[in-house]
Amino acid sequence: MGSTITEKILAAHCGKKIVEPNEFIESKVNMALANDVTAPLAIKEFKKLGIKKVFDKNKIALVMDHFTPNKDILSAEHVKFVREFAKEQKIKYYFEGGNVGVEHAILPEKGLVLPGDVVIGADSHTCTYGALGAFSTGVGSTDIAAVMATGKVWFKVPASLKFILTGKLNKWVSGKDIILYIIGLIGVDGALYNSMEFTGATCKKLTMADKFTMANMSIEAGGKNGVFTPDEATEEYLKDRAQRNYKLYTSDKDAKYLKVYEINCSKIKPQVALPFLPSNAKDASDIKKTYIDQVVIGSCTNGRIEDLRIAASVIKKGKKVNSNVRTFIIPATPAVYLQALKEGLLTIFIEAGAVISAPTCGPCLGGHLGILASGEKCVSTTNRNFVGRMGHVESQVFLANPAVAAASAIKGYIATPDEI
Amino acid sequence: MAADIVLKGKVHKYGSNVNTDEIIPARYLNTTDHEILAKHCMEDIDKDFVKNVVKGDIIVAENNFGCGSSREHAPISIKAAGVSAVIANSFARIFFRNSINIGLPILEAPDAVKAVENGDIIEVNLSKGIVTNITKKETYSSHPFPEFMQKIIQSGGLFGYISGKEL
Repeated sequence: MGSTITEKILAAHCGKKIVEPNEFIESKVNMALANDVTAPLAIKEFKKLGIKKVFDKNKIALVMDHFTPNKDILSAEHVKFVREFAKEQKIKYYFEGGNVGVEHAILPEKGLVLPGDVVIGADSHTCTYGALGAFSTGVGSTDIAAVMATGKVWFKVPASLKFILTGKLNKWVSGKDIILYIIGLIGVDGALYNSMEFTGATCKKLTMADKFTMANMSIEAGGKNGVFTPDEATEEYLKDRAQRNYKLYTSDKDAKYLKVYEINCSKIKPQVALPFLPSNAKDASDIKKTYIDQVVIGSCTNGRIEDLRIAASVIKKGKKVNSNVRTFIIPATPAVYLQALKEGLLTIFIEAGAVISAPTCGPCLGGHLGILASGEKCVSTTNRNFVGRMGHVESQVFLANPAVAAASAIKGYIATPDEI
Repeated sequence: MAADIVLKGKVHKYGSNVNTDEIIPARYLNTTDHEILAKHCMEDIDKDFVKNVVKGDIIVAENNFGCGSSREHAPISIKAAGVSAVIANSFARIFFRNSINIGLPILEAPDAVKAVENGDIIEVNLSKGIVTNITKKETYSSHPFPEFMQKIIQSGGLFGYISGKEL
């Protein structure tokens, strides 16, 4: 019996030839990350152990992205606490101020997470790096504290669900629409405890940005990880980035899957997930006229340069966003911000009446910079639309791709780019 | 193994997909103070929860409890609010991991979830995996908690367990 890519990576990190689903293993970790919300708890726990040094100062990333630029005194104290720890421990990958980006955008961009790695993070969207052919998953602060001490973490090996993607993508359809469609199909716990492996001919046509978006949202189906087989696009992406050597793994032809789904992507239209679950995915064109108050284009899901290009191509030069819609563009990293500046995208956004924010998670989790009042509605390229996610408990978030978000900003209601 | 871990309290019942944004909204994530987190526990799904909860009470919910973010603040707020255990058909995996790590007992017990109603008084024997409904005079069985997990719970969490002392 063959192994899946997930099983192979985990086996290689626990010193075994083969691992099987439901087996408990102790895995080595190539990178452990935490942010300004989760690192303070992790560091407090780490300090209780009385250990003087972290296991490896080059294998820990601390990314101050959630409430930064610091939104209030308490948040500033948190970041100060983490900064002092990073200095004291000589943590190599500490991100704050001018070098900070949204964690799941900046770590791949800097070549710090690589194919074949085991990566854990005290952030649920750590599963993003599966786009590169890594095993990566979210854990809590206590787990990160234990890893900072030992470099190891325990896992139950997940069974795998296989998603075979075929068919040509329709215009304006991206990785976001495919993953929303899949979550709509299997539900928010449809992959609970399991690995989601994406394969099939369509994967070759996806950009790395599409793959990051899809792996990123595998947690929204309850998945432990989401993973793609590395291909030429992966190697091209890593060419000038990878900071270490890496290893490419592929699932065996006779690997065992809990379930196989065949997804004909040519049938997928731009999707919108209605409040209050990411699984409430509908064709954007079928949604009745819903007026909105805000649009957010950004986040670890859709804040990459490809996303901003798509949004700018819908808005184009000379168009204005609707006067009733506050529109926030949040480049996910400083490099994305700079590239958008060079390409003239920021000019298009600013002239259209949008606000450009510093890279931050900000409004995605109702942190800051774009909080919703009661009764307000927002179309967002982020990943969650739970009750109160972006602000008031009576506000609503509609998840969409950047093209639908940009079209909605112009129209003032949930719209498709074809309406522009 | 020492005596069985037995927990008793009044049930607060919820549906499926209770998520971490509802358990502890992000507006309170600028603190790690357990007492402050406790004051806002379940605020966006049940604003009266904190007023109604009594030490020892038990949360019972349907599927996928704790889905969403990896914030450990969620199980911390539940534990600090005085809740002695959470029972559900299923838990989101990060929430499950975090709960054990901070020493909050959680149990998958579908038979109990189906029968138990809001306000019932129940007793949970973690060591045996048995839930007794004192109000309805019924008993539901589940899986016993593995011994190492019982020890983690009794040590107040993973770090207490590792260092062999209560934190």
